[in-house]
Amino acid sequence: MRRLTQLGTALGLFAVAAMAFAGGPLEGVTEKQATNWHAIIMFCLFVCMTMGITYWASSRTKSTADFYTAGGGITGFQNGLAIAGDYMSAATLLGLTAMVYGQGYDGYIYMLAFFAGWPIILFLMAERLRNLGKFTFSDITAYRLDQGKVRTMAAISSLIVVCFYLIAQMVGAGQLIKLLFGLEYNVAIFAVGILMMVYVTFGGMVATTWVQIIKACMLLAGGTLVMFLAFSQFGFSFQTLLEKATAVHKLGPKLMYPGSLLADPVTAISLGLGLMFGTAGLPHILMRFFTVTDAKEARKSVLYASGFVAYFFNVIFLMGLCGILIVGQNPEFFEGGTVGGKLIGGGNMVAMHLAKAVGGDMLLGFLAAVAFATILAVVSGLALAGASAISHDLYARVIKKGQASEAAEIRVSKIATICLGFVAIILGILFEKQNIAFMVGLAFGVAAAANFPVLILSMYWKGLTTRGALVGGYGGLVSAVLFVVFSKSVWVDVLHNAAPLFPYTQPALFAMPIAFLLAYIFSKTDSSVRAGQEIEAFEDQYVRAQTGYGAASASNH
Amino acid sequence: MSSAMYERMRANPKFQELVSRRGRFAWTLAFVVLTMFYGFVMVVAFNPAALGQPVAEGSMLTVGVAVELFMFIFFWSLTAVYVKRANTEFDALTQEIVKEAWKENK
Repeated sequence: MRRLTQLGTALGLFAVAAMAFAGGPLEGVTEKQATNWHAIIMFCLFVCMTMGITYWASSRTKSTADFYTAGGGITGFQNGLAIAGDYMSAATLLGLTAMVYGQGYDGYIYMLAFFAGWPIILFLMAERLRNLGKFTFSDITAYRLDQGKVRTMAAISSLIVVCFYLIAQMVGAGQLIKLLFGLEYNVAIFAVGILMMVYVTFGGMVATTWVQIIKACMLLAGGTLVMFLAFSQFGFSFQTLLEKATAVHKLGPKLMYPGSLLADPVTAISLGLGLMFGTAGLPHILMRFFTVTDAKEARKSVLYASGFVAYFFNVIFLMGLCGILIVGQNPEFFEGGTVGGKLIGGGNMVAMHLAKAVGGDMLLGFLAAVAFATILAVVSGLALAGASAISHDLYARVIKKGQASEAAEIRVSKIATICLGFVAIILGILFEKQNIAFMVGLAFGVAAAANFPVLILSMYWKGLTTRGALVGGYGGLVSAVLFVVFSKSVWVDVLHNAAPLFPYTQPALFAMPIAFLLAYIFSKTDSSVRAGQEIEAFEDQYVRAQTGYGAASASNH
Repeated sequence: MSSAMYERMRANPKFQELVSRRGRFAWTLAFVVLTMFYGFVMVVAFNPAALGQPVAEGSMLTVGVAVELFMFIFFWSLTAVYVKRANTEFDALTQEIVKEAWKENK
């Protein structure tokens, strides 16, 4: 827990939060644990089940619509579970439980920040996304703008987001699996990469969706069970739990106060913006909105997804608090048996130790299998989003100018998935010893500063032109990357310079206005004929966004 | 999917009604969520001690936990309210607009 604090101050809040969110890179090099057979058997069951589903899904994946969006035939409830599965990664469970365990109330504040973006996505985006988009979010930004240029830009920033996110997931996965299952790091990386390729290339979005749904159910069930068993030891009394927890925790009564993590207002606001609007710019999350039949189901999916996420965050809060007493006071879980020393397996293992303490090896095995399944589900969603940027945007629309056959497009996306799988494996191995937390910061920064502003302007602002979108998008991309590179996380910690050039670790508060401003100025000053036509074309786009008339419909099976 | 269809829908007064009613509703809810959330972030940044106070004498439940729990429930209730109204009232209006545009087409 001291390590978590150090990490928080050393890497900046965004990194910690994003890490917790994205599949936590565990600090430093983790040692290998004894092979955990319960976990391996349960995980094999999960793999068998999902392989069966992939086999079934492959027979239903014939057209491009099937491949990218499961034919648009997913119901709101299913999609809500899948979004929750996509959104709550293994380290949401591990990282946030550890954060509550170490920092108390601060962890709860982070969870609210992760949650608060969802209502905004529903009110302002969900319906328009579904009404205008088909396969990728570039369908929306390029709707009335120059297809070639705008799609290229959107595909580049999507791929950057996907790659950074993939690195973080793969390295986190390798280290987690080494800890939980006792497998070699490289074996774990290959297992994740190859399973992901199989799910996505054979089963496309149908298989990916079901992997995410099953995983979400496992995560909800596993978390609830652990919380229930742990909380029962305190007679389900929040009062008793807190009295005991504050009595033993090193923070004492301060456990329930906002701590040092959010002391600086600029960082707090920038973090809030980054988490809220970064989520609304992540290609694999946006893609999920195209898998449902219509705007009605798109709205329902957000309702279910946010309900599951809110519920689960509160479960995690209780788990973390119970962990303070059940794990934190038990010498069995500390290296050398000294309470208050280093937790076995590192700070992120609180949830796992808690499972073992309340449910023995079986429950530990189950939760470990859930964590592995979670990583698989998230990387599959990422790979599919990356592959669709390559095949649908770059290949079919930019290179072939819309003339590619469906079969060719699917073939390209399968090849792209396999390439991305190998890229992920190679990057995972290359970055094993690196601290990769800043990459997640970069992924969120780019999503919030390059994807989100252009996307929201293209839906809401008539005056957006190709020139404005390009300058705004590339401007946001470059400034987000530079702010992260010049911040303490990279400039000092990775490049070993004396002082950061940019004083804050969170790029969103600064990079987002730059993107919006550039898009505004370069659209306003664009007086070309083409710009005039684009502004005129907004009217039809607007009616379609509002009514859904002409929107891509579900294909029949 | 002709431009003419969109033109007719846009000319329908019901379309203006749909847009302004739904727009006002969505933006009001978004405003409530953003104000509460960033207001809360401001309290965290500028007056953290206020959130650590117990809600009542002797209670371990703090103001901060109570406020957050309320926001989790309240924000989710708002999404439920929006989905309910959008999926019934607004969708019905949308269907009328599309149907009327089709009729004029014939």
